Amino acid sequence: MDTETAFFETPPQLVAVGQPLSRVDGRAKVTGAAKYSAEYNHLPGLVHAVVKTSDVAKGRVTSIDASAAQREPGVLAILTHQNLPKPAKTAETKEGQEAIGMAVQMTFMPLQSDQVFYAGQPVAIVVADTLEHAQHAAAKLRVTVTPEAPVASYQDPKAKLFNPGGKPDADAEGTKRRGKAAAAFAAAPAQVTATYTHATNHHNPMEPSATIAHWEAADRLTVYDATQGVSWQQRALSGYLGLPQDQVRVITKYLGGGFGCKGPIWPHSVLTVLTAKAVGRPVKLVLTRPQMFTSVGHREDQEQTLRLGATKEGKLLALLHEKTSTTSQWDDYAESNSKMMGMLYQCPAFEATTKLARANVMTPTWMRAPGEAPGSFALESSMDDLAYQLGIDPVQIRLRNYADKDPSTGKPWSSKSLKECYERGAELFGWSKRNPKNGLTRDGKYLVGWGMATATYPVNNSQGNARVRLYADGHAVVQVAATDLGTGTYTVITQVAADCLGLAPDKVRFELGDSVLPTTNISGGSMGAGTFASSVYTAAQDLWQKLTKMAVMDAKSPLFRAKPADVAVVKGRLQLKANPSKGEEFAALMKRGNMTDVEGFGQGKYGAGYETGLATGPAKSDDAGKEDGGGHAMHAFGAHFCEVRVDPELGTIRVTKWVSVVAGGRILNPKTARSQVIGGATMGIGAALMEQTVRDPNLARYTNANLADYHVPVNADIPDLTVEFIDEHDPYVNALGVKGIGEIAIVGTAAAVGNAIFHATGRRLRDLPMTPNKVLAAMSQPV
Amino acid sequence: MNNFSYTQATAAKEATGRLKDQPQAAYIAGGTTLLDMMKANLTEPPQLVDINLLPFKGIEQTKDGLRIGAMERMNAVGENPLVKSQYPAVSESLLLAASPQLRNMASIGGNILQRTRCGYFRDEAFPCNKRVPGSGCPALTGDNHNLAVLGVSDTCIANAYPGDLSVVLAALDAVLTLENAKGKQRQVPVTEFYLLPGKTPEKENVLEPGELIVAVTIPAAAHAQRSTYLKVRERSSYAYALASAAVGLDVQGGTIRSARVALGGVGAQPWRSREAEKALVGQPATEATFKAAAAAALQGAQPRKENAYKVELAQNTLVRALQQVAGV
Ligand SMILES: Cc1cc2nc3c(=O)[nH]c(=O)nc-3n(C[C@H](O)[C@H](O)[C@H](O)COP(=O)(O)OP(=O)(O)OC[C@H]3O[C@@H](n4cnc5c(N)ncnc54)[C@H](O)[C@@H]3O)c2cc1C
Ligand code: SF4
Repeated sequence: MDTETAFFETPPQLVAVGQPLSRVDGRAKVTGAAKYSAEYNHLPGLVHAVVKTSDVAKGRVTSIDASAAQREPGVLAILTHQNLPKPAKTAETKEGQEAIGMAVQMTFMPLQSDQVFYAGQPVAIVVADTLEHAQHAAAKLRVTVTPEAPVASYQDPKAKLFNPGGKPDADAEGTKRRGKAAAAFAAAPAQVTATYTHATNHHNPMEPSATIAHWEAADRLTVYDATQGVSWQQRALSGYLGLPQDQVRVITKYLGGGFGCKGPIWPHSVLTVLTAKAVGRPVKLVLTRPQMFTSVGHREDQEQTLRLGATKEGKLLALLHEKTSTTSQWDDYAESNSKMMGMLYQCPAFEATTKLARANVMTPTWMRAPGEAPGSFALESSMDDLAYQLGIDPVQIRLRNYADKDPSTGKPWSSKSLKECYERGAELFGWSKRNPKNGLTRDGKYLVGWGMATATYPVNNSQGNARVRLYADGHAVVQVAATDLGTGTYTVITQVAADCLGLAPDKVRFELGDSVLPTTNISGGSMGAGTFASSVYTAAQDLWQKLTKMAVMDAKSPLFRAKPADVAVVKGRLQLKANPSKGEEFAALMKRGNMTDVEGFGQGKYGAGYETGLATGPAKSDDAGKEDGGGHAMHAFGAHFCEVRVDPELGTIRVTKWVSVVAGGRILNPKTARSQVIGGATMGIGAALMEQTVRDPNLARYTNANLADYHVPVNADIPDLTVEFIDEHDPYVNALGVKGIGEIAIVGTAAAVGNAIFHATGRRLRDLPMTPNKVLAAMSQPV
Repeated sequence: MNNFSYTQATAAKEATGRLKDQPQAAYIAGGTTLLDMMKANLTEPPQLVDINLLPFKGIEQTKDGLRIGAMERMNAVGENPLVKSQYPAVSESLLLAASPQLRNMASIGGNILQRTRCGYFRDEAFPCNKRVPGSGCPALTGDNHNLAVLGVSDTCIANAYPGDLSVVLAALDAVLTLENAKGKQRQVPVTEFYLLPGKTPEKENVLEPGELIVAVTIPAAAHAQRSTYLKVRERSSYAYALASAAVGLDVQGGTIRSARVALGGVGAQPWRSREAEKALVGQPATEATFKAAAAAALQGAQPRKENAYKVELAQNTLVRALQQVAGV
């Protein structure tokens, strides 16, 4: 705890931070007062757009018959590639990509030509005075696409595999080889070789993506968009439209979930803006649930082969990973499964390669722990295999390979409490009572098994700004162009701001979700809490420094002529560090100076922790080399423990007990943090047991693009989850020592389930999701 | 969704009359099947005739057995104490279906007439012989993992009825009361109500145009009282069956006196298995007997690539259901 004093320059009074404050936006949400992006219905002359999409996955638009649709009441426009206004730039060129920025995920923009590359690709937009009129007219519109034979996936016999970047055996994205992995594997006394597959998954947040575009002048645009990042979206739209960024405003006050699919900019947002330009009125577009399967990316269908070589004692000697997955016609997207494989365990030799196949699908995208989630399924299942093969307890084998430094970079960890996670998880779960042999525990018809797996997620590169305005009357407004996906950002940043300002949380109004506020990163990559909190902290520092300067120059202040460095701020009182009785409240100082308010501005930066000396003020140019937290590797860690009951005759699997222990740096609010872990584990159990989008192998169109047939877990699938956090202080990751916990809980989850199934049945399931048909097939095989 | 007009009927005659005048019109009860299909442009009735006010109500024991009005809601029937105690499989099949919200809306008549969940049928972008006769059946070589293996044809392999209740109704010899535009009523056993796809998968049942389902009657019997419905699915609730079994047994002194068996999820229609019943009656209530019955039930199955597992799963499901009812 002695790091605490260094933590806030003004000594911390962590009153609100760390408390299980209920959501400050909870009331607005349950009463319906919270306004989501599709709910700005007051805009003058607002009209409705409906997207007409292609039935077929490949072909050309050969005819458009709009005559019947035109005649429908209320129809204002029917826009196709022939008459939709063109964007100034698209991401298809390098120059366009630079202008559009980080938010672009799919470089292709539909409705620019007659070509169709995927089922569900927009081929027309119908605008009408009401949604119903637009829908009806869209149904009457005939767009004929002359079909050609599509490629459905990497498994399609027509698919051609290639190495992204054109380099044969190139390292997989984000990983570097080390040692001579193939030779080390060949010589290893213990070996595990296994292939894993992962079905296509879709994010399916509750709130479908929605955009309202309002051109307030010919060159000034406001967009209400369901996005995880208003600053990114602002930059992207300015790039597409060729407008300066200040002429584009993006607003997202509330978001009904995202899981990654609302991180990038997708065509529907741009098309809505172009449509609004064409009709000269504000236009609203809300994607339908089926369209959510073909408009905002997905986790790609993939196959990975992992080879582990180890000593007889279970020490890893070699790790070789190969991944094959499906991508779109234009983009070489593959989530980097191997990044976590290279850093999780001590292992001298490592190699990872990626192969892609172009298919007639849209570009995949980040989905909660992109790479780490499927990667950990392979690694943590294979580690379990190795443990059984060598007769070592699964927790023990992980401890034997515990990495005291990051094996992929050789850097020391900024902090790592994985051992504590294993220990506490095992204790909470009762792991010591585990039967070391599999297939031996029965409960009536059921086979009962226990499994565990490691979780890890990086602290990703991120920075962003904040503004804090403190009023003399003891209220404050705090502003960041952040978004709250429903995760609790409103709440935790209110807590942070309250403590930074020495105020009660109800005296602080935290504003987010508007690109006119200080620019920041997206809420994604588990970066939000750390970035926003650190920027608010540095903004408060800036504000206190201003007030301190004022005080020491004010002849009427008890602090007159003190050195600013000798002054501390304690709960809003400026006082001498050496003599706390000498000082005054900020309100007194401000009133004397006739100030109604004072503002501070700050930048939060990844790697700018209090030990790296970067915690105060905006980053300077000489900080560049310290971006990684003074040469540290920064990751959150965790462990999952799982019990399943398998019905060997009916093939059903129930998760009946679950423990997750996570070490994620400072936990700003244990209640919202716990919900994040519950959500992550639940999503992971979904991927493990039921989630899959099925693409027809011949027509390359999804057959279950709805929530009745795309199964996500229901309450009955999820037991009471036990979630705990390890108290962890990280002086490097960022000013508040927050690692972020949005994604870590899905990592390792599928493996924990699979490992428990193996313990229960003696059968290893390597094909996600582990549905009853696969359980039956496995049960018919000898152990 | 198309534009449509909407009228409410308070008497059967009024409802059937509307459909006589406008054969393209559709009855709407709870709307949980119909509206989904309309929103997906799979059916475009110009007129909806609301039949929720028709007096097809009541859950009562009659001399012919349990009579359930077609307008009763799934939840009301599933929770009814008489149904629970005397016809447990009926209650179980209803309460294991859909979600509480849907069950509060959905009617018994509508349940019997629900449509297949075949993904190709449910998306107008695909060809589908059932929806557009002659357009082809992509499911044959595509996603058929939850389609049927019994009673299928090369034209269609869908489980035309994907739900639960009718599986129990088929097992327990239930009889539907139907009424046509002339006000004439007829009785049709559930086992004769549904049609196999053959070359005309678009024709799913014997209902005449405009004919209404008035009620369903389930004969009282020892095997009805000792009955169960077992449903296997990909998540614990709110999912259609991969395979299900409705069974009723009358076991005396360890010997099976009468047996009723139907399977769900695996048949082109709710699959009554008289073969299985034959293998059970007169035999000792043992696992060996149940396995023989299960094998008999799946004789003649025509599995495809993705649904081959159902042959084994359906047998195991049936064996388990029989064990549960027999208490062995
Ligand atoms: C997400 C989802 C999950 C589901 N899961 C299950 C499940 O697990 N198990 C299950 O069994 N079912 C399930 N269902 C189906 C549900 O049970 C049916 O949708 C419901 O029973 C239909 O009843 P309804 O009154 O809403 O019918 P409606 O939609 O009103 O009508 C359906 C059809 O029947 C006709 N019709 C209705 N009543 C009569 C009548 N008396 N006479 C003549 N024609 C009539 C209508 O014209 C229409 O064509 C599910 C449905 C959904 C949407
Ligand atoms: S199985 Fe039947 S319902 Fe499904 S696509 Fe084929 S014809 Fe249509």
